[in-house]
Amino acid sequence: MTQADGTFSASTVLRFARGTRLQFDRVRERWFIQAPERVFLVDNIAAEILQLADGERSLGDISTILHEKFTAPYDVILADVLRMTRDLAEKQVLQTV
Amino acid sequence: MTATPPPPMSLLAELTHRCPLQCPYCANPVELETRARELDIATWIRVFEEAAAMGVLQVHFSGGEPMAFQGLPELVQAASRLGLYTNLITSGVLLTAETLKPLYDAGLDHVQLSFQDADPNEAERIGGMAGAQAKKLEAARLVTEAGLPLTLNFVIHRQNISNVPAMLNMAEQLKARRVEIAHTQYYGWGLKNRDALLPSRAQLEETEEAVAQARLRFGSRITVDFVTPDYYADQPKPCMGGWGQKFINISPAGAVLPCHAAESIPGLTFPSVKDSSLEEIWYRSPLFTLYRGTDWMPAPCRSCSQKEIDWGGCRCQALALTGNAGNTDPVCKQAPGHSAIQQAIADRPETPPPLIYRRYGNIKTTG
Repeated sequence: MTQADGTFSASTVLRFARGTRLQFDRVRERWFIQAPERVFLVDNIAAEILQLADGERSLGDISTILHEKFTAPYDVILADVLRMTRDLAEKQVLQTV
Repeated sequence: MTATPPPPMSLLAELTHRCPLQCPYCANPVELETRARELDIATWIRVFEEAAAMGVLQVHFSGGEPMAFQGLPELVQAASRLGLYTNLITSGVLLTAETLKPLYDAGLDHVQLSFQDADPNEAERIGGMAGAQAKKLEAARLVTEAGLPLTLNFVIHRQNISNVPAMLNMAEQLKARRVEIAHTQYYGWGLKNRDALLPSRAQLEETEEAVAQARLRFGSRITVDFVTPDYYADQPKPCMGGWGQKFINISPAGAVLPCHAAESIPGLTFPSVKDSSLEEIWYRSPLFTLYRGTDWMPAPCRSCSQKEIDWGGCRCQALALTGNAGNTDPVCKQAPGHSAIQQAIADRPETPPPLIYRRYGNIKTTG
């Protein structure tokens, strides 16, 4: 669910919009997002989050998985996830399901 | 010692110069390739394999009209399987439900559809093709109905500039995700038609205002890309992101070029995919090393703080306006040749002269 003010919450479920995808570049050895006529570079933390954004898991589910994987506080991770995904939604990369 | 150049990001595949339209600002060279000299499917697929291995991320299928090339779906499928992002840059006049489906099934990622104007009569006059607008509108509908992201492209000049607000509305009505309001660039066909196309500064300012308002209204729903006419810019554009820095352009006959107009530069040898690998050409050919980086730069560029931002501007524009591709782009206010730009603006006639249409028959007679 998206909040009335357009911000995301732990229950928001996101997927990549058609025409955008996460891809690992074997030549440059880094992650990036393919989008219409542009490419966004993605850091490793964002890539961890985006690999889990499959259109089924909520942002809370994703934060739980990363909390267990990296033993960082859940609330800190969720805040990062919300901020990063909101930014990518504004760039038309992610959309709500 | 020059550092190793970065791998290319993007490949522009100009499959053919054949096109049902005759736009007088076409980015193709004035000497158009004939069908007999076009590369075959197997060669294109080999080129995409080499490109993907080198680090190319996106392939832009262009032309002419790329949908006039037999075997386009096979090329999209091959590129798609290699992990390349596939973008179709089309006029839309050959796009129907029957021709879109094989492209969609092949994994096409995105469509950029050109319109010559929002007004149908004017659009068809500028493009030189009766009945084109209805076909284009139907193409836009089919693309978004299929769920593909759509970009509308409008090339702007003095004869359609007053309709920019209507063009932006069209992007919204046609459910586009991006819209390009791209002022004509003045080389090749555009330069031949410059007096008929170059807007006034006041007209330019109106488009800037319309774009600013649309960006506020659209928010993140529709991205508006605005390309300024560089005659009114203070600094030259970083043409192609720098010579041999990001883009590879391949002509219908297989010439490998740093930009789509490079063949206008005399005295150069243009390497072909028929003779060398893409990797050899990108990293080691004399053509790609000629204006790469900053070593080639003349005086005003060499000591300039912007030299790795604008890369000295556009080589083809330097050639067209100063007679030497190795000069600073005359758009730059520091350039010795800057008066050529000021003169072109000063000489702009009150009434635009007739358009010289992009036709095979107009190649030599207009030069």
